[in-house]
Amino acid sequence: MLNHDFYLAWRYLSFHKTRSAILIACLSLMAFLPLGLHALLDDGERQMSGRAAATPLLVGAKGSSVDLTLTALYFSEAAAPAITLAEADLVGASGWADPLPLYSRFRIKGQPLVGVTLDYFDYRRLAPARGELPALLGDCVLGHEAAAALGLEPGDSLATTPENLFDLAGVYPLKLHVTGVLAQSGSPDDQAVFVDLKTTWVIEGLGHGHDQQTPAARHQSLPFAQAAAQLQVDARLVTYTEITAANIDSFHFHGDPAGYPISAVIALPHDRRGATLLKGRYLADDGTTQIIEPAIVTHGLLHNIFRIGALFDGILVLVGATTLLALGLVFSLSLRLRRRELETIFLLGCSRATVFKLVVAELALLGLASAILSGALLLAVDHYGESWIRQFLLS
Amino acid sequence: MITIDRLRFRYPGTPFSLDIPELHVATGERLAIVGPSGTGKTTLLKLIAGILAPAAGTIHVDGTRLETLGDADRRNFRIARIGFVFQELELLEYLTVLDNILHTYRINPVLRLDRRVRERARRLAQEVGLGDQIGRMPRELSQGERQRAAVCRALLTEPALILADEATGNLDPANKLRILELLFRATARRQTSLVAVTHDHELLPRFDRVVDFRGYHG
Repeated sequence: MLNHDFYLAWRYLSFHKTRSAILIACLSLMAFLPLGLHALLDDGERQMSGRAAATPLLVGAKGSSVDLTLTALYFSEAAAPAITLAEADLVGASGWADPLPLYSRFRIKGQPLVGVTLDYFDYRRLAPARGELPALLGDCVLGHEAAAALGLEPGDSLATTPENLFDLAGVYPLKLHVTGVLAQSGSPDDQAVFVDLKTTWVIEGLGHGHDQQTPAARHQSLPFAQAAAQLQVDARLVTYTEITAANIDSFHFHGDPAGYPISAVIALPHDRRGATLLKGRYLADDGTTQIIEPAIVTHGLLHNIFRIGALFDGILVLVGATTLLALGLVFSLSLRLRRRELETIFLLGCSRATVFKLVVAELALLGLASAILSGALLLAVDHYGESWIRQFLLS
Repeated sequence: MITIDRLRFRYPGTPFSLDIPELHVATGERLAIVGPSGTGKTTLLKLIAGILAPAAGTIHVDGTRLETLGDADRRNFRIARIGFVFQELELLEYLTVLDNILHTYRINPVLRLDRRVRERARRLAQEVGLGDQIGRMPRELSQGERQRAAVCRALLTEPALILADEATGNLDPANKLRILELLFRATARRQTSLVAVTHDHELLPRFDRVVDFRGYHG
């Protein structure tokens, strides 16, 4: 008999497809929204706490500690102001910590382009799954998800994006050589394109390579005085847009490297004493830099996110209750619309208990379909949640 | 088959009343009930079916005194012994013709839907000319075809008594005759009694007896 109840309920629901689909969608969203939100928040907390815990101290420009954390740990688009490489030298020279400078100002086809030193890969335990780490100026290694998003493999190349298409005196795009793809790490590193720090400065326009313009090269046959008279910059000066074995020696930087920009310095203290002394130095410092503990900043950020999450919970309870009432109304109205059908089945001998069982079977099928749909959505959150959160933090 | 004695019924809160001193329907008899609207013809069918309980008097149907039974027993009696062909007793739009014919079996725990019942349903559909329509939905059928399917549903339980209320009301003359022939054939085959309420006076000569209901309306 139970089979008959479910069969009839199934036939009714499948005949009224649109109505059933709307009811299922409402019930699914009611179940999924709070559970999915909590799953995302839990994922976010786990990810952010883990990343923050693995980054003991961070030196960057004075200002928002949240922006600095998001820039250095998640390569966020809302970049913190730059500091100079001299800050990394200062951290190193203190003898209390090892510096890991990084520069994450640029984007390349939507992915963060991050300039680091090779020590960064060791520190984050990033190893190539295919190919190798960048060894030369102009080389890059792709994070796992960045490689998938860009559709690139070792041996391919990609060009940086000019920052302003209408700036004729601006920086030329640079063709990068993909030397490797990193193994998946489950961290924001998966979405980054890593280059050597110096390569980011070439992209910035602080270093470049071009053909020779010296008078000696072109006028070797002339006496020195005449050659000096010819000394002028040729309008045909060609700036290289690709770094190759043939032209790499022509690349050079202007100015003092200590003044070159970086986004932040990850400071790895040798011990607790070193960490305390380093922090003390920045407390005393009234300059333009600050030192922060990402774990504390992240904790504060998560605290705020969870407060917002709690607010969402309250709203969802209200929305859920309202939706349930609306669904109850829809269901009772549909029973009124089915008055003739109910009269028919009463005349055919159907008892009130059987009508009740039919209604329960319909609700059970709707509930089952909603549970399957919301379960599938939760599985999707479970599978893609970490990636979504990283994307969210990136933007 | 049916014996009614000093039956009295009133709908609470209305001036309507039905008083039937005596009515007898023999086994296999085909009785037509005629009369103006509002005289209690449908009410009488519902009393005979045990859907309504009388205020006074007795109703014997197939040897059972209905007014002594409780709700559940009256319902079980109705399922087992009575077939309905009511005008308002529509086919369910979300079930196929075959599922509509089988519907009584699906909603009543006292009936068992097995292979033999399914075969009987198919055979009945074949007999009424719906053999190749059983997989279709009611909205795809004509009014006459829908009513034939409803007759199949009423006959599937092999009832001892068929109650028909305006079973041919909305049909064209050809379909009216066809439905009536179906009911007569079914009653003749199993000595089933038929009580039919009708306004079609041209059909009355085909019944064994006609009762004019004007006299019973209180």
